[in-house]
Amino acid sequence: MHSLGYRTNALLTFAVTVLALMCGMASLSDNLNFPSPSAQVKVLNINWFKKQPNANDQVSMTLNISADLQSLFTWNTKQVFVFLAAEYETPKNSLNQISLWDAIIPSKEHAKFWIHTSNKYRFIDQGSNLRGKEYNLTMHWHVMPKTGKMFADKIVMPGHRLPEEYR
Amino acid sequence: MDWQGQKLAEQLMQLMLIAVSVIAFTTGYLMASFQMMILIYAGGVVLTTLVTVPNWPFFNRHPLKWLDPTELEKHPKPQPSLNTTSKKKSVKK
Repeated sequence: MHSLGYRTNALLTFAVTVLALMCGMASLSDNLNFPSPSAQVKVLNINWFKKQPNANDQVSMTLNISADLQSLFTWNTKQVFVFLAAEYETPKNSLNQISLWDAIIPSKEHAKFWIHTSNKYRFIDQGSNLRGKEYNLTMHWHVMPKTGKMFADKIVMPGHRLPEEYR
Repeated sequence: MDWQGQKLAEQLMQLMLIAVSVIAFTTGYLMASFQMMILIYAGGVVLTTLVTVPNWPFFNRHPLKWLDPTELEKHPKPQPSLNTTSKKKSVKK
């Protein structure tokens, strides 16, 4: 501590160490938050349902998505990434996940929303297994914090069924 | 800066930074604002820099008292003699 440079160095080193500890504590404080998010998705219409020339089934649907994810936000949350996936079982694969829609929620004010949309990404099966197929619509989300650990969770909404015939 | 001043500067730096970090964290958590925590802490670091880095007069309250040169002349430094070196060599053997 005998010279100006030595004192500056000691101060900055200690300041950054303490800052890292504060960020660690901010990350740990996220564990005190017990979120209670809710989501509902309605399939309003199957716009069309066809077999592609390469024999893969493809569906276009109109969705009504409403969700309240406000309780996911804490003081240490930067943004929340949310996506809606169709999940179903085929003889070849025990779990197929197809992302139909996604969004980035930048703040708590935008976390309670209602949206009416057709599927943003194409709903295509690997094969032609979709006729009369029962599937789950699952709302997945990833909470991206300002510092520390990322959290992910989901809400599964079962009991959806595709038509028996192409249209 | 004297010895006591150096000790004081180091202890003051650590104490101030820890106190500021506790204040910043609690305020940020209670206001649910990460930005507020960072701003308070940054302010605290600047304040601590201003208090502990420059060589302020209160770090120089205990100057070292050196002997006067005249006093030194009265008690000359013992000169190494040939006798002692030969003694050491014999001890090693």
